[in-house]
Amino acid sequence: MQRRSILSLPAGLLFLLPAGAFVFVFIILPFFWIAAVSFTNRTLTGRTALNPEFVGLANYRRLFDPDRFFNSGEFGASLILTGQFVFFSAILGQAILGLLLAWFFYNHRGWVQSTVQTLAIVAWIMPDVVVAFAWFAFLDRDDGTLNQILSAIGLGHPDWLLALPMVSIIMFNIWRGTAFSMLLFSSALGSIPPSHLETASVAGATGLQKLRDIILPLIRTHIITVLILITLWTFNTFTPFLLTGGGPAFQTEVVSIYTYRTAFQFFRFGMGGAVGMVMMIINLAFAIVYLGILRSQKAHA
Amino acid sequence: MNHHARFILGRIFFYAGACLFASFFVLPLLWLTVAPFNTLATLSLSLPEEFSLANFRRVFANTFAIRALVQNSVLQAGGAMVLVTITATLAAYALSRSSIKGTDVITYGLVLFSSVVTGTAAMVPIFLMIHGMGLIDTHVAVILVFTGGLLPAAIFIMRDFVDSIPRSYEESALVAGASPWRVFNDIALPIVRPGMMVIAVWAFVNVWGGFLIPFILLRSSGKMPAAVAIYSFYSEAGTPLVTLTAAYSLLYTLPVLLLYLFVNWKYGFRFFGGIKS
Repeated sequence: MQRRSILSLPAGLLFLLPAGAFVFVFIILPFFWIAAVSFTNRTLTGRTALNPEFVGLANYRRLFDPDRFFNSGEFGASLILTGQFVFFSAILGQAILGLLLAWFFYNHRGWVQSTVQTLAIVAWIMPDVVVAFAWFAFLDRDDGTLNQILSAIGLGHPDWLLALPMVSIIMFNIWRGTAFSMLLFSSALGSIPPSHLETASVAGATGLQKLRDIILPLIRTHIITVLILITLWTFNTFTPFLLTGGGPAFQTEVVSIYTYRTAFQFFRFGMGGAVGMVMMIINLAFAIVYLGILRSQKAHA
Repeated sequence: MNHHARFILGRIFFYAGACLFASFFVLPLLWLTVAPFNTLATLSLSLPEEFSLANFRRVFANTFAIRALVQNSVLQAGGAMVLVTITATLAAYALSRSSIKGTDVITYGLVLFSSVVTGTAAMVPIFLMIHGMGLIDTHVAVILVFTGGLLPAAIFIMRDFVDSIPRSYEESALVAGASPWRVFNDIALPIVRPGMMVIAVWAFVNVWGGFLIPFILLRSSGKMPAAVAIYSFYSEAGTPLVTLTAAYSLLYTLPVLLLYLFVNWKYGFRFFGGIKS
């Protein structure tokens, strides 16, 4: 169908110009800039600040140096910590808890459901520093609410942020981000025709059988969408820094914090650029898979 | 009878489970809702002996904290909000209504690039670019970087919105001889205003809560937004500041909660939760 366009080509380009300029300078340019910087020894001050030298792959070789790759505080160790953080807090934590919540309240809409849902959303929309501060107080060894409860029921009072830092940021991130999975899964469950489930009930299926054989296959694309998005977000989040600063002794130094330390505490921008470049390549892989799914969904619709 | 017992058991199971979920989300925030009103608050959760607003008075007496909140945060979040809303609306309108080829590819390309070039992955080039422009330690730097980062998602949401509006009014105005700008300004703009409101609130909340960008781009304490101020309160200082920080955090969170309630009441949650950067 040939449709007359409302905006002519020049007018359209004019309308696109301001946003296009912003996107070019702050999204597209950094992508190429970071690649260029990562091949130099650029620093903040000193001789190499003004005249950075081309060092080829030196930053990458240093980053992937097999002799120390997995040592504490090095890139490999940071990647492993990030993998643990993403796997336990996003994939196992947020996605499963979100699905559990959506399923638990399926068919139970009412004030109880909307209260719990609102509480999860509040945890999700509050600013980063405020929730980090709240958790800082919550996890305090001597006075924190969590240890007040645990010692009241005789479970001791561990020093969460010092002795169990990774567990702490994983719990924190589950609490922080479950609302997204819950909302998406709730709306996915809402789109399943009730007749599907009624037939299964008549046939004598238990709740778990219904979940496994009917619900999960029907919301498969939603599950993949949730998994990819929360993985991308958790991989890129800087919020653990607000709770632990990456410590103690690099035990929670996920790649975002590793980049920050390399670039802004040691001011090795060439090196920090190389880390950022690796992060972007990983992001790109996730984004391409996700876009593929979006497009095939649109094609089906 | 057996049936009846099963029903009651089911109810007990449901309420117990709901309580468990609710406490999981509530417990970490409980302290923060009580401590601001207790002048003697420690990190321990306890009801104040007397309800007091003295902590809030201390916040208002602290010029650093107040300037960060009502001047710097408002300026940075407001500036980015205006820029994002205007440029995203213009761009979304062009992508939806113009004869430019490949607008779908542009839209998806934008979303792809923006999920790859995140604030954390791109902190080095962003810092170096702002450094090169001589804008380090300025409000403008924070506003520009946030605008660039939020625009792709804003355009994506806004385009959906413009696409859903029928073209017939604009077409008849065009036939009547109106210029493209008048068609946009007089006819399209009033219809897309709800979408612009949602984008504005979403952009404001994102910049208001943003930490990393101002943290790396600003240096002088006089320009720090409230997010960085709160971090410096609890990370650098000891317990004496706990009461002040608690009250301050609550004040800083209030606009976010109010805006959420407003959007939720006016448009439903869907818009707000669509894309969160």
